[in-house]
Amino acid sequence: MIEIEGITKRYDDTTVVDGVSMVIEPRTVTVVVGTSGSGKTTLMRMINRLVEPTFGTIRIDGEDNRSMPAHELRRRIGYAIQGHGLFPHRTVAQNIATVPGLLGWGKSRTAAKVEELLALFQLDPATFADRYPHELSGGQQQRVGVARALAAEPNILLMDEPFGALDPIIRAKAQDDLLAIQKHFNTTIVLVTHDMNEAFHLANKIAVMDKGSVLQYGPPAELVRAPANTFVETLIGETERPFRLLSTGTACAAAEPGEAEGEPIREDLSQQEVLAELLWSGRRAAPVVSAGGAPMGRVTLEALVKRASRLQ
Amino acid sequence: MKAWLPTFLRALLCLVLIAFLLAPQVFEPLLKPLVQPNAPAIYNQGSLIDLTLLHLRTVFIATVLATLVAILLAIMVTRPFGAEFLPLSRSLVNIGQTFPPVAVLALAVPAVGFGEKPTLIALFLYGLLPIFENTLTALTNLPRSVMEAARGTGMTDFQRLLQVELPLSLPVIVGGIRLSVVISLATATIGSTVAAKTLGEVIIAGLQSNNLAFILQGGLIVGALAVLIYDALTAVEALLSRRTGRA
Ligand SMILES: Nc1ncnc2c1ncn2[C@@H]1O[C@H](COP(=O)(O)OP(=O)(O)OP(=O)(O)O)[C@@H](O)[C@H]1O
Ligand SMILES: [Mg+2]
Repeated sequence: MIEIEGITKRYDDTTVVDGVSMVIEPRTVTVVVGTSGSGKTTLMRMINRLVEPTFGTIRIDGEDNRSMPAHELRRRIGYAIQGHGLFPHRTVAQNIATVPGLLGWGKSRTAAKVEELLALFQLDPATFADRYPHELSGGQQQRVGVARALAAEPNILLMDEPFGALDPIIRAKAQDDLLAIQKHFNTTIVLVTHDMNEAFHLANKIAVMDKGSVLQYGPPAELVRAPANTFVETLIGETERPFRLLSTGTACAAAEPGEAEGEPIREDLSQQEVLAELLWSGRRAAPVVSAGGAPMGRVTLEALVKRASRLQ
Repeated sequence: MKAWLPTFLRALLCLVLIAFLLAPQVFEPLLKPLVQPNAPAIYNQGSLIDLTLLHLRTVFIATVLATLVAILLAIMVTRPFGAEFLPLSRSLVNIGQTFPPVAVLALAVPAVGFGEKPTLIALFLYGLLPIFENTLTALTNLPRSVMEAARGTGMTDFQRLLQVELPLSLPVIVGGIRLSVVISLATATIGSTVAAKTLGEVIIAGLQSNNLAFILQGGLIVGALAVLIYDALTAVEALLSRRTGRA
């Protein structure tokens, strides 16, 4: 759990983060969105003390984050920096092994971890492990940056626009992998993005920032149904609202008993994806199956339409 | 120009230099026209190769010391605790540079006596500035995102210095050492005026006996050494920059 309490950061006379208080529940994904320069990076950096706040405290699992030396704190918190920040004089493998090296992991354990992460991010270890960062594409560099943040299996992961440079296909894969990793290691993730689709896909809770303040902090559906002000409304996009609502629920949650024709739909798809599938295949309902293939009823167009409405 | 030509010329220069040092008398016919009929054309008051090695040794010792001190100084003034000494250390090193080498020798002789020591002091002072300046430039211009990442991964200040700052600065530091070595190679010849054993002896002997061949061979050996060492260090620098992806 990360408790942010009355955090303010000033540079000279400009207030960059202004009295932010929020509680980030353990084992959840919190996404921070907002305009450029609204203080997202600064807020995030105060969690691992790359920036020291002017006022306020941040507690991690109940303990003030100033109660231990900053470098020890940072080794326990993965940080994927905006724009990767890879060490240019170290190979991809050495970059990923940075924190394990600082923590004194053994050679074989580190090597196994590096290999695992490279494979996870679709970078063939044989090809990429010994390359230098400048021999990679922007998207590849970014994935190595995320892999480096994950290497020591931190409890908390701070990610600053980690997927900005990825193509849509690898980005979708990277997002799903991130969620899988999060479930597997029970990581608490704080992620900054400018991509609202990404925010709704990943977030348990979204924080909207503007001019140093958090305007609204809550579950994605709440932001759609009850935006705190017009800024939040605009950010979400008026014409996107019903689809955003659907994107926050799974097929499983919309399933009802009954039969349907045609290709079955996996229960873990989002309702938005189910809607697209129904519209595209011209069906009014589709059967839902579990990951293992067991039938779980059906999802109907009517049910989805109802769920997409503000009245629901 | 063909790509191999510079390499070929360098190899040739190196071979000629070695041949001249090992067997100078072979080159006598070439230098003979430059001297009076019965004067020697090849330096005969000592061994050229010994003088060359002593010359190199003096330059080497002075450069190693200057490198260590300059890098330490640059590291110190780029740490938070040393920031206030930055202007002071800059002017100190600059003073070392504006002092003419002969003056340094003249001042050092009463203090440490004749021989190699005053020469080492002069070369050391002269070598400091380029290395200090370059190290300072490198350490203060590291990419910000890389430095942030180094802090973000939980490196201590010392680990950051050793694992990130110095390796990334190395190409630029080597550039400073290269300049310093070339300056020292030339300046070391003056050391002979205070009885240091360097190639300056050959030149001075030539001046005293009005022997153009002596002056020429002393100067050419120093020049050839400077070119070869400069090229070698340029290659090292290029290799290092390639490895750090900054080429
Ligand atoms: N070290 C600093 N000194 C002075 N001002 C700073 C400093 N760091 C950040 N700022 C200012 O603080 C504000 C917030 O910066 P921050 O990096 O947190 O924004 P951001 O929300 O992450 O923006 P982006 O989406 O563009 O990354 C900006 O106006 C920036 O200019
Ligand atoms: Mg930012």
